[in-house]
Amino acid sequence: MAENARSSEGPYLRLTGIAKSFGRFQALHGIDLAIERGELVTFLGPSGCGKTTLLRIVAGLEAQDWGTIVQDGRDISRLPAIRRDYGIVFQSYALFPNLTIHANVAYGLVNRRKGRSEIERRVAELLKLVGLPDSGAKYPGQLSGGQQQRIALARALASAPGLLLLDEPLSALDALERLRLRGEIRALQQRLGVTTILVTHDQEEALSMADRIVVMNAGRIEQVGSPRAVYETPATPFAADFIGKINVLPGVAAGRDRVRVGGRALLLARNDLIEGSAVKLYLRPEDVVVHRDPATGQGAANTLAAQVAKVEFLGAFCVLGLAPEGTDFPALSANVPRHAVDAGGLEPGAHIAITLPPAALRILG
Amino acid sequence: MTQFRGTWWHSVASAVAAAGLLASGAAFAQKTELLVYTALETDQLKAYQEGFNKTNPDIAIKWVRDSTGVVTAKLLAEKANPQADVVMGVAASSLVLLDLEGMLQPYAPANLGAISAQYKDAKNPPAWFGMDVWGAAICFNTVEAQKQGLPKPGSWKDLQKPVYKGKITMPHPASSGTGFFDVTAWLQMWGEADGWKYMDGLHENIAQYTHSGSKPCRQAGAGEFPIGISFEYRANTTKASGAPVDVVFPVEGLGWDLEALAIMKGTKKLEAAKKLADWASSRDAMELYAKNFAIVAVPGIAKPLPNVPADYEKRLVKNDFGWSAKNRDRILTEWNKRYNAKAEPK
Amino acid sequence: MATAATASAPGPVAAGRVVRQALHWQERLALALLVACCAALAFFLLGPLFMILVKSVQDKDGAFVGLLQFRDYLGTPALRQSIFNTLGVALVVTGITIPLAFTFAYALTRSAMPGKAVFRVVGLTPILAPSLLAAISFIQWFGNQGLLKPLLGGTPVYGALGIVISSIYATFPHALMIILTALLLADGRLYEAAESLGTRTLRRFFTITLPGAKYGLVSAAMVVFSYTVSDFGIPKVIGGNFNVLAVDIYKQVIGQQNFNKGAVVSLILLLPVLVAFVVDWRMQGRQHAQFSARAVPYVARRKPWFDGAMFVYCTLVALLLLAVLGMAVYTSFIKLWPYDKSFSLRHYTFGLVDGGVIVSFFNSLRMAFVTALLGTMFIFGCAYLLEKTRGMPGTRALIRLLASIPMGVPGMVLGLGYILFFNHPDNPFNVLYHTLTILVLATVVHYYTSSHLTAVTALKSLDGEFESVSASLKVPFYKTFHRVTVPVCLPAILDIGRYLFVNAMVTISAVVFLYSPDTQLAAVAILNLDEAGEIGPAAAMATLIVVASASVCVLYALVTRVLLTRTQGWRRPAPGN
Repeated sequence: MAENARSSEGPYLRLTGIAKSFGRFQALHGIDLAIERGELVTFLGPSGCGKTTLLRIVAGLEAQDWGTIVQDGRDISRLPAIRRDYGIVFQSYALFPNLTIHANVAYGLVNRRKGRSEIERRVAELLKLVGLPDSGAKYPGQLSGGQQQRIALARALASAPGLLLLDEPLSALDALERLRLRGEIRALQQRLGVTTILVTHDQEEALSMADRIVVMNAGRIEQVGSPRAVYETPATPFAADFIGKINVLPGVAAGRDRVRVGGRALLLARNDLIEGSAVKLYLRPEDVVVHRDPATGQGAANTLAAQVAKVEFLGAFCVLGLAPEGTDFPALSANVPRHAVDAGGLEPGAHIAITLPPAALRILG
Repeated sequence: MTQFRGTWWHSVASAVAAAGLLASGAAFAQKTELLVYTALETDQLKAYQEGFNKTNPDIAIKWVRDSTGVVTAKLLAEKANPQADVVMGVAASSLVLLDLEGMLQPYAPANLGAISAQYKDAKNPPAWFGMDVWGAAICFNTVEAQKQGLPKPGSWKDLQKPVYKGKITMPHPASSGTGFFDVTAWLQMWGEADGWKYMDGLHENIAQYTHSGSKPCRQAGAGEFPIGISFEYRANTTKASGAPVDVVFPVEGLGWDLEALAIMKGTKKLEAAKKLADWASSRDAMELYAKNFAIVAVPGIAKPLPNVPADYEKRLVKNDFGWSAKNRDRILTEWNKRYNAKAEPK
Repeated sequence: MATAATASAPGPVAAGRVVRQALHWQERLALALLVACCAALAFFLLGPLFMILVKSVQDKDGAFVGLLQFRDYLGTPALRQSIFNTLGVALVVTGITIPLAFTFAYALTRSAMPGKAVFRVVGLTPILAPSLLAAISFIQWFGNQGLLKPLLGGTPVYGALGIVISSIYATFPHALMIILTALLLADGRLYEAAESLGTRTLRRFFTITLPGAKYGLVSAAMVVFSYTVSDFGIPKVIGGNFNVLAVDIYKQVIGQQNFNKGAVVSLILLLPVLVAFVVDWRMQGRQHAQFSARAVPYVARRKPWFDGAMFVYCTLVALLLLAVLGMAVYTSFIKLWPYDKSFSLRHYTFGLVDGGVIVSFFNSLRMAFVTALLGTMFIFGCAYLLEKTRGMPGTRALIRLLASIPMGVPGMVLGLGYILFFNHPDNPFNVLYHTLTILVLATVVHYYTSSHLTAVTALKSLDGEFESVSASLKVPFYKTFHRVTVPVCLPAILDIGRYLFVNAMVTISAVVFLYSPDTQLAAVAILNLDEAGEIGPAAAMATLIVVASASVCVLYALVTRVLLTRTQGWRRPAPGN
């Protein structure tokens, strides 16, 4: 995008101590965050977690009570929205219904007193960029939701802003359109190299699009990291639970490297536990190793007998509801490929064995 | 839409400009504007104004018109800060009252000498002078009379007959000058005790007390209530409009008052006010009054009107404006106490 | 946003002072305009009302007398009687109008009878006429020379009876509109569910229809009640010797020129209207939960017996309504009621034009035009600033409150307040006294609430992020206002304009104290003509008003239709939206 080389050092956007309350409700508790140039960062969290408020504060559409925002080396904390440098796309598209697509995209350009031919060129370029080169004469009402959101994106990018803010841009679309646009936005963002913040409550969207994910809950940041890091090594129980499914196994440390869960001692890939302390083990369902033969690995560490309680078909894979046998070990679920279920032996009621790999058992928070 | 959006701003701007012009109204040229309170009938105002402007084109009259009672109340209420410059065509009994309150500016208009003594203030210069006499008349609907078997009344006393129950309307004395002179005439003619007794009887037959002196005759003309106690000008116009009414002048005598003119004390436009007074006393003006009334203040001008008897002036009761003015409040209070329940609004 | 943080949550983490965003000059401009709107509303609404309060506790010379005048007033039996008369008539009118209007609205929404569009239009026609027209027309129908006099069985039409029937006519369209809206909003899915459960029609009516329309019914009842209590034209013309409060104010103020007594009666009149207003307001507050955004409109199916009955009913009501209007028009065109019923234009030519009374009709047109134009601009502009800009929450709350008050203030009370306030020598705005401007101001304020609600509803239906998008695109708010907000809201804006125009043409109570010799209005002229017994010209003037109002409505319908066709492209809803 344009020469935004005001400051090439340090992060492109730095939020420090951002706090905001609405009346007696504290929406944000001192948020600190740095976003690098060209990065796509998603704010992910349940509704009410403060992610949209944070985005609107970055845009200047809300004023924070405390804290500073530095964009590209410039302190914009107190700047009104109209003085900041960003483009924004909303869930509702917010296209002007009475203006043509062309006029919508050119809306901000006209006001910048650009030459007519320059505007024409830029609009054509943007419409091509979003894959709707021939829609200029149409009205928003004549386009599908996905097409409208593409136009909204083109409008937001028209003046080549340094920062692109996307507020749940895909939530109003149907599943298919959502998937397609997800890829398109990411590709476009990478091609233009524009620093982007995407607000979403959809973990899949966050995982598939983001360079980094900021997991938020109740006005605080729970974790910041790459999609892989956030998924594989969630920093907090909330992060673990919100992103993907996870089994929670409460237990008591039985040594520096093992935890007793319901009468079974499970080996962990660490040795810093204090014996006797209560801990919770977290285990992704896809990390559970399933053995069709109940005799497999009898007596081996972390392997136990279990009965299949139910099988939930989820398309590409199936979720097994498992009831470990014998001691009062908590129920857990395991993901297995569909063809593994098709091969038989995992029907409800079947007796099997499972292994909980030490490296996959984590203690969080 | 594209052509439209560029221009709606402009169309609104021009519409607002137009609205501003409309709201401000056409600006008057450098004319002196005279605020004149009046109880004259609306259908008379135009002719008088045109007549005056023929000789005084540089003075514009702004009329505030209402019934005698309302104009009187308004003038009294504004006593501390009078708005009107001139009062024209308001009952002499009301002007005497204002004079007693010290609100009038005495002035001898140009043609004062020609005006009959009994139709002007006795002082010199007079506080007020009369324009014309308007007096009582009864409108009697002949068609309804036949249908309902009503005999034609000849006297005030006839109206007390039970046969007329609910058939008569008369103007409210508090709001209508006509209503007020009816009441004062009865009281002066027969004395207070007999006068009130008469009204007690009449009240039994009254269907409505109306706000204006014209309405009873109009209602009689439309057969809504076949007998209306009104005044001769309205009786004449109603008959002329084709309504089946006979005009009755009760034999005992007719209540009357003067449509009179006075200048308000403290007016900032005294010169213009004097000009209006001069014109109103002039022969030209009197000729205009004579088109509507059988008696005007300058003798020898009035021509006989259809439906008005030649000896009309002789039938008028003796009317003491001073007495009427001084007792106005007392009479109205007493009247309200006795009959207000049947009064038409206001 | 319901998460862990509660009142006991820890304070803000970061050190330092509270951040205050700098205001762009455009934001300052918006806030300045907002404050100006608020100030104007407060000045032109609260100022006059405040003066009424002041005057009611003063004597004629301005000395404080406390509640003495109230005691005086309540001590006069005839005046006390007015209170009972007023409330009694209003209750009877409400009790009759609401079922009449409800059945009519029910037929329009729940039956498959033919001619619904025509019935709807006819049902709303009384709105075009000043309330005086109804009174005059009923005198012609039921007066001593009336064709239908025998129907009354000897009861004279002058008095409570006349007031009641005239008021029913005048309030019918107001009730009809509100109830229609309520019934149209009802969720068709409820009926489908009920039908699939085999619920019987009568039971459906009592379990779904009535509860669904409950708030609409209450609202309509309150509007009818307030209208009847506040209306002055009807009792003035047909009330005969039956005293009501609105006419008492008139008597005190005009007849006696006793403004202080007038203020006292005003406050007594204000009370029941205020109660109705508050009841309605609280009911409306509870209503929102009732309608889900996904409600499906109900589509009536043919039921021959029911449809037939409804058709007969609506035809009957429509004929009655047209008979009232028709009688007034007829009266204006005949030579001499009731003796010479030949066609004549003399009430127009002789009665109005030669008499100079016609000027007041042009005054009314002028006043209505200015009111519609400037009123619409102010009301919509103010609603826009209120809904679409940010900052100053206190001022916004105040504007919302002020905008809802006029609905609860009878026109006579407002009008009296206006004279007291603007005739005051210390008021710098007293130059407005006796101008057309003051009539415009009083009319705009009088009809503010409905117009404001129309504007707010239209604005709320716009995407809430238009302004955010504009800011992000560095486009000033006023540019988006004129390029997007106004064009998209144009139907609502025209609707407000039409509403103000029609009401300005017929209003009498708010302006009867305010007109001057140069600014007499048509509706006031009708009143004066009636007082002089000139029924023909009065009917002619009423007819002119109806023609003018109807023309504006037709014009509105045409313009709206053209607009909608021209903008069909963008108004067609997006698939799946």
